[in-house]
Amino acid sequence: MTIAAANRRLPASERLRRSLSNGRVTAALVLLPPALILFSLFVMLPLGESAYYSFFNWNGYGTPTEFVGLENFERIAGHSIFHKAVGNTLKIVAVSLFLQMPLALLLALLIHRKTPTNAVFRLIFFLPYILAEVAAGLIWSFVFDGNYGITASIAGFFGADSFFILADREWAFAAVMTVIVWKYFGFHMMIYIAALQSVPEDQIEAARIEGAKRLQIVRYVQIPHIKPAIIVSAFFAIIGALQVFDVIIPLTNGGPSNQTHTIVTYLYTFGLTRLNIGFGSAVGVILFIAAITVALFYQRIFTRGKQA
Amino acid sequence: MKHAIAAFAALIGAAGVQAANAQTVINVLRVAVNDEQEAYFEQIAQAFEAEHEGVDISFEYIANEAYKSKLPTLLQSDARPDIFYSWGGQTLMEQAEAGFLQPISDLLPEGFAETMPEAGLQAYSVDDVLYGLPQYPTEVVFWTNTALTEQAGIDIGSIKSWEDFLAAVQTLRDAGITPIIAGGQDKWPLHFYWSYLALREGGPDAVAKAMAGEDGGFENAAFIEAGKEFQRLTEMEPFQPGFMGTTYETASGMFADGEGAFHLMGDWDYLPMRERSTNGEGLPDEQLAIISFPAISDPVAPGGETATLGGINGWAVSNSAEPEAVEFLAFMLNAENQREGGRQELFIPIVKGAGDALENPFFAKVAEHIGNSSYHQIFLDQFLGASVGATVNDASADLAQGATTPEDAAAQIQEAWDFR
Repeated sequence: MTIAAANRRLPASERLRRSLSNGRVTAALVLLPPALILFSLFVMLPLGESAYYSFFNWNGYGTPTEFVGLENFERIAGHSIFHKAVGNTLKIVAVSLFLQMPLALLLALLIHRKTPTNAVFRLIFFLPYILAEVAAGLIWSFVFDGNYGITASIAGFFGADSFFILADREWAFAAVMTVIVWKYFGFHMMIYIAALQSVPEDQIEAARIEGAKRLQIVRYVQIPHIKPAIIVSAFFAIIGALQVFDVIIPLTNGGPSNQTHTIVTYLYTFGLTRLNIGFGSAVGVILFIAAITVALFYQRIFTRGKQA
Repeated sequence: MKHAIAAFAALIGAAGVQAANAQTVINVLRVAVNDEQEAYFEQIAQAFEAEHEGVDISFEYIANEAYKSKLPTLLQSDARPDIFYSWGGQTLMEQAEAGFLQPISDLLPEGFAETMPEAGLQAYSVDDVLYGLPQYPTEVVFWTNTALTEQAGIDIGSIKSWEDFLAAVQTLRDAGITPIIAGGQDKWPLHFYWSYLALREGGPDAVAKAMAGEDGGFENAAFIEAGKEFQRLTEMEPFQPGFMGTTYETASGMFADGEGAFHLMGDWDYLPMRERSTNGEGLPDEQLAIISFPAISDPVAPGGETATLGGINGWAVSNSAEPEAVEFLAFMLNAENQREGGRQELFIPIVKGAGDALENPFFAKVAEHIGNSSYHQIFLDQFLGASVGATVNDASADLAQGATTPEDAAAQIQEAWDFR
């Protein structure tokens, strides 16, 4: 800190000479290019390209020639299924924040202590997260199957007519969200467990001696301590919600009647599989802007909170 | 085996015996097929290689959906196949217009084109230039479980009109039998209903006119009536419970398990449905029948009652293919190989006169239907191109669930057509 401050007072030529002599610039010159080249080639260039394609009506064959201006964006804005997809994505955000994270926190509080039993439970709760998304989606599509699935057995046990939740326009997305919560709560739980284990034991003990009840310890000691972990896990939950794709494709493929799309499955279905590459690129641009906005705002709001 | 050949070739090359003889490799890309079909193609490839020294045929298979999304990129790369599977229609037209295909008329053996029916060649021509060849036609029919229809007291021979069919559906329902099995999750099985009804309502040139933007395009009365008739059916709840969560594969297995009386599906389902049934055998031939999609008694435009819906599936030749590729294509599709395909019950041969090898009664009947057809409409979801086709599928699924009106469905398709 002090060296940097001292450096700032020096003339520019002197600063350059010093940084060259201490090897930092050389290190940057040697170490930066591989990452920079890869990043430019595989992230920046495609980004720029899709921004370019988004102004064309292009089916992916040859080079784009039919310039349509902002028509792709207008069509997206007026497309009822896109509205549905955005709504669904927001629903996943809400469920992640208000159902999945509290559930994960509750479980983490129950099993964060290092005991053999807890280790077993941790493994069980973490298993869904280890499973590949596509496999999880397929497994659940069998679970929800009204003819042969567990749903059918349960309905049969109670003597009720079987139900087909994945074929129901109103309820299919609830099923999708159930799978998402089941799939990812273990991940958030692990973040909390790691954080909870670093809460100083003496503070908890002190609180207990002072007569604090279990809930009060959680409320006033443990949660304040793991706040950074909660902020990170919320960030993952939001960004993750913007990316949900591989669970949905095997589960409902966006159906019935395009009722269970997220922004990404919408992009894939209406942009890629239908070979509307221009249209798909426009969706990609919108998604990119959304993700960047979330990331920037999130960082700004919460990192500022930390500095104060 | 391949490795062995490669090693052997390398050995010869090293010995300098045949060093000057460069290999011509012909890459053929196809949507994944079952083992019998792969064996069939492999046999043809070997026969061709035996006759043509220095030519190596390599077949590659990709799953259906992946094939469709991968092909555009592949065609623009250096790894493009020489010959690739095609459904014809708008997609072929787009590929031709983008310059990825090769005119093949002049490369075909003398008199070869004459062995093919005119409609088949038309399906692989864009502006009268031939870019590929058809291999087999398919037809969408009502596969019928006669044990169930008899149980309900239905004489399937008397189902001629749409009204007769709706009545049969009602009779089946009253008898407590699921009238129709449908793979609604995949949507395209439902688009068969809408397409057939539009064909019956609007006559053979309804689709061509709509594509040309005549008579209101896809918002023409024929398409709206088709939606209405389809909803008359779906309002009777004819499908198995949860049909929107059933894939084509599951539906096909359910039908073979005897869970419903009808299944509107292509002739190609004959063997696969057996493989997908619970016991692996499905329904015996005596318990199976096929009936043509019924006629509409007072259509919007005449002439649609004997039209058929299905595919004319075949192959397109890419712009970088060597002349040997076209030679191989003609070899693969010669009368002898076509007859063999029919004999093995793999497909219905398209080459004139090769249909005599069809021993399978169902395939023979389909071949007869197609032969007598006034117009063979290629599946709309292929014919209209990827984007509009998928919109037709969406609209059909929405209609089936009562989630849209016939008018809105037609407007949605027209909009997709305008912005294709």
